[in-house]
Amino acid sequence: MTDRPNPTNSRRRFLQQSAAAIGGACVLGLGVGLYGNQARALAPTALRPPGALAEADFLAACVRCGLCVRACPYDTLSLATLGEPVPTGTPYFTARDVPCEMCEDIPCVPACPTGALDHKLTDIDDARMGLAVLIDQEQCLNYLGLRCDVCYRVCPVIDKAITLERYHNPRSDRHALLLPTVHSEHCTGCGKCEQACVLPEASAIKVLPHALAQAKAADHYRKGWEEKDKAGGSLIGDQIQLPVRGLDAPGGTP
Amino acid sequence: MNQTVQAPRKSVAGRNPTAAARETKGWLGANRFLLLRRASQLGFLGLFLIGPISLWLARNNHLQQAWWPVKGTLASSVTLDSLPLTDPYMLLQAMLAGHLPATAALTGAVIVLLFYLLLGGRLYCAWFCPINPVTDAAGWLRRKLKIKTAQPPPESLRRWLLLATLVVSLVTGGIAWEWVNPISMLHRALIFGAGAAWGVVAAVFLYDLLFAARGWCGHVCPVGAFYGLLGKFALLRVAAPRRRACDDCMDCFKVCPEPQVIRPALKAVGQDHPLILSSDCTTCGRCVDVCSQDVFRLTTRFNRSES
Repeated sequence: MTDRPNPTNSRRRFLQQSAAAIGGACVLGLGVGLYGNQARALAPTALRPPGALAEADFLAACVRCGLCVRACPYDTLSLATLGEPVPTGTPYFTARDVPCEMCEDIPCVPACPTGALDHKLTDIDDARMGLAVLIDQEQCLNYLGLRCDVCYRVCPVIDKAITLERYHNPRSDRHALLLPTVHSEHCTGCGKCEQACVLPEASAIKVLPHALAQAKAADHYRKGWEEKDKAGGSLIGDQIQLPVRGLDAPGGTP
Repeated sequence: MNQTVQAPRKSVAGRNPTAAARETKGWLGANRFLLLRRASQLGFLGLFLIGPISLWLARNNHLQQAWWPVKGTLASSVTLDSLPLTDPYMLLQAMLAGHLPATAALTGAVIVLLFYLLLGGRLYCAWFCPINPVTDAAGWLRRKLKIKTAQPPPESLRRWLLLATLVVSLVTGGIAWEWVNPISMLHRALIFGAGAAWGVVAAVFLYDLLFAARGWCGHVCPVGAFYGLLGKFALLRVAAPRRRACDDCMDCFKVCPEPQVIRPALKAVGQDHPLILSSDCTTCGRCVDVCSQDVFRLTTRFNRSES
């Protein structure tokens, strides 16, 4: 009715616009949060560079700059692009394609500006990028009784991370099986075994994230033989030795 | 003929906002800041691209050795293997997400913070951001095609969204805006290879073209809002010292990416001096370009003189 700006109207407009903006921001923020939860899914074959923090911490720390990718002399690392099953822009490698060469000076780690790759990692043997698991025992040539041994031979921590364990071959009944066996206390998860596996397409031995590869003993479990060593003797006292029957020589004892 | 163009109070609806300036200052004079800005954007991107391109040339035996003046992306980079630079907004989200960054990132973020605090926060938007040419192109095409749409979302949305990204980072423990950020997606796509990032860039272009005039940079983008907050004390400012010569042609309002910042300085609304002090101003200098009356100047925040 008048030309004067009406204070009630302008206040109302301000409140309306603010409400719209706050509402919009909330909806967008919620959307980003939910989408983020979805988008943080990491394919199990995508391995993080050496020294990477645990995945949740890594996603808080990595600014997706690609400096680790540039520092890698072997083109092992790449940044995930939108649409890949890896959080967009974060570095990863696929062991079957290009494994980590385990450089002694670990150039990718000091290159990380934020510490998403932990600068405290100075010995590459301490890296834990994943854990190798001989996942297909039906196709592994050593399990079939052959001496392929390739995964064992290429392992940079040979005889510690992978050993060949000798077993009786029940099929031929006169040969040995030498079974590649991974030891989690030494495996760095570099993926050289997975890359080298001679089988076509997928490898019989695969590097998996620790969360997938490893089980955890229940807190209350105790190993009797370890407890015995620790205590310097049996914890439950001397046992009654019962005679074992049925092992007598055929035909009975004289 | 050019008399009619300069006549005051001419109908301004639908006219090309650079036409009048071209008549008086020539094509170069009417596009000086625009050309400088495009050169800055290209050169800035080029610095990041020299490394990857030289690496490609070296691999194909066209070069002896790759040369890396700048490694990394806008998120974090190393210049000449010594100067670290990090995006402070991204690092702030990382810290809220629960990560204490290493010294390189902190040093880099402080350098970037000081630069924009000193010179003007949204200088980033107009002179360095790779999305700016995309939204500028959408704005230009929008003017050419005379696309009119409903009101864009409120201008304050970006600041609320800035707050929301910080809260989401805090709650989810991830760098929230990086799930969406078309700036880093485009920059990374150009330097490391694309993937589906083009889709996000195309979405921003179409949003600005079809849904909201200057919608992304002026209303949505929290990165711009963050740098805007840094610009409260910026030294570099645009002013309207010759505002008495203004002939109300509205050309500056048409090209300005944040048209609300002009009025206080040009028409002395709520202030006496002719300085554009709003931190929304991106210091792009396009108003300096298109003004046929030479009303605007790029100057410092201490220069309140009028002529």
